[in-house]
Amino acid sequence: MRASQTHSEGAAGSVEAVFREERGRLLATLVGQFGDLDLAEEVASDAVAAALERWPVDGVPGRPGAWLLTTARRKAVDRLRRDKAYAARIAVLQAEADRSGSAAAPAEDEDVPDERLRLFFTCCHPALPLDAQVALTLRCLAGLSTPEVARAFLVPAATMAQRIVRAKRKIKGARIPFRVPEADELPVRMPGVLRVIYAIFTEGYAASAGPELVRGDLADEAIRLARILHRLLPREREVAGLLALMLLVDARRQARTGPDGQLVLLDEQDRSRWNRAFIEEGRGLVVTALQGGPPGPYALQAAIAAVHDEAADVTTTDWPQVVALYDVLADVAPSPVVALNRAVAVAMRDGPAAGLVLLDALSADERLRGYHLLPAAQADLLRRLGCRDEAAAAYQQALALVGNAPERAYLARRLEEVTG
Amino acid sequence: MKYMLLIYGSQDVAPQTPEAVQKVMDEYWAYEKAVADAGVRIASDALQGVETATTVEVRDDGERVVTDGPFAETREILGGYYLLDVPDLDAALDWAARCPGAQHGSRIEVRPVMEFEQP
Repeated sequence: MRASQTHSEGAAGSVEAVFREERGRLLATLVGQFGDLDLAEEVASDAVAAALERWPVDGVPGRPGAWLLTTARRKAVDRLRRDKAYAARIAVLQAEADRSGSAAAPAEDEDVPDERLRLFFTCCHPALPLDAQVALTLRCLAGLSTPEVARAFLVPAATMAQRIVRAKRKIKGARIPFRVPEADELPVRMPGVLRVIYAIFTEGYAASAGPELVRGDLADEAIRLARILHRLLPREREVAGLLALMLLVDARRQARTGPDGQLVLLDEQDRSRWNRAFIEEGRGLVVTALQGGPPGPYALQAAIAAVHDEAADVTTTDWPQVVALYDVLADVAPSPVVALNRAVAVAMRDGPAAGLVLLDALSADERLRGYHLLPAAQADLLRRLGCRDEAAAAYQQALALVGNAPERAYLARRLEEVTG
Repeated sequence: MKYMLLIYGSQDVAPQTPEAVQKVMDEYWAYEKAVADAGVRIASDALQGVETATTVEVRDDGERVVTDGPFAETREILGGYYLLDVPDLDAALDWAARCPGAQHGSRIEVRPVMEFEQP
C-alpha cells in the first residue's frame, strides 16, 4: 500500500506523506547500491527537493517511490562524477552490477525492492551504542529529521546531530555491513533490533523526563517500525510478539491520563476508552507469537497484556494466569523488573501481604536501586494493608526517584491520602 | 578491509598450570591454522610480558625520554594481535569471537586499519 493512494490533498502534502512512507525504502535501496549512508541520505533529500519542484507542476507520478528512486540515483551519479575520489568506486559499482546482473536499476515502471531489513540490521548493529541505534533507526527507517529525533529524546539538536554523525562515521570507518544476518546468526541479532524498537516505545509510553507522561508520537513510530519489520519477517515470532505487546499496551493510551494529563493507573482506568481495534489485532498476533516453539519474552509480555486487556476490571482479571505467565517469563528472561511485576500480580492473587514479602526481598537487589516503581509498589501494598506511616515513607522514597511530572503528581496525591 | 584484533587480558588471568598453558597454546595453534587456511591472516604475534615494555617519547625540545614500563597503567594489558583481511566488521567480529584471546577472561578490541590513498 502506498501513501500516495490515501493522500490526495495538495501536492506538497503528498510529497511529504509519500516521502515519509517511502524514505526508508528509498534509503535502503540507495545504501545497497552505493554502500554509503551519507550519500544515500543526501541524494534522497535531493530527490525530494526535485519532487517538491516537479510534482505541483507535472502532477504526482503513478509510482512515486520509483520516481524518487530513479531521481535519487541520477543525482548520486552526478555527485559521484563530480567527485574524483569516487571515480574508482563508480567503476567498481559498475563492475559489480555487470557481474550480478540483478543489481540493475529498476525502471520507473518496476516495483522498488524492499531492502529495509538490511537497513534495520545496520542501524541496530551491536557495534553502535544503543542511543545511536535508536537515533539512526528513527532517522533512517521512521523518516524523522535529526531535530525531530532530538526533540523526541529531549536532547539539544546539536547533541543528536553529533551522535548521528559519530555513528555514521563508525558504520563507514569500521565497515559495518549492510546485510541481513544469516539464518544461524538471526537469533543473536534479532533481539538487538527488537530492543531498539521497544526502547523507542517505552520512552513514548512513560517518558523518563519532562512534563508529559505519554509521548504518543514515539509510541506511534515504534508501532509503525514493528509493523514494517513484521511485514518483512512474518515468520519471526518475537517480531509478532513485540508488535502485539505494543498494540496491547498502547490500546490503553487514552485511558492512562485524565483530563489534566494526570496519571490514571490500570485499576482506575475507564476501560471503555481502550482501543478495541488494537486489542483485537494484538490478541491475534499473540496467538501467532506463542505458537510453534518455546515462547519468547515479548510474546509472554504480550500475553500478560492481553489478559489485562480482556478483563472487565481489575478484580475480575485472571490473576492466577498473570502470575503463571510471569513465572514462565522469569524463567525465559529473568530480571528484577520481571520479579517486581510478578510480586504485584501475586499481591492481587493472594493479597497485599504476600506481595509485600516478595517486594521486600527485592529491595536488596542493586539493580533496582534508583528505580521508583519498587518503593511505589511497596507503598501501594502498605497502604492497602493500612500501614499508613510505612506507606508514607515508601511514597516519599518513590517521589525522590521519579522522573516525569504526572507520575510525581500521582505519588504526591497518594502520599497526601496516607498522611492526611 | 584490514582489521587489527588486539588481545587484552590482565596478568592474573594467565593460565597457572603447565597443562592449562599447553591447552591455550594448542587453541592458539589451531586458530593460527584456521585464519591461515581461510586466507585472511596478514600477520599475528604474541607480545612478551608487560615487564619487558619500555616507553619512548621525544619532547618538543628534542629531548629523548625513555621510561620503564608501558605508557598507560591499566589493569588490562596488550598481549598480542592478529592482523586480518576480511570483507567487513561482521566477518572481523566472527573471527575475533573464535580467537582464544576472546576467552579465558581476556578480550579483543577490533580496530579497522586506516587506509591511505596511494600517492
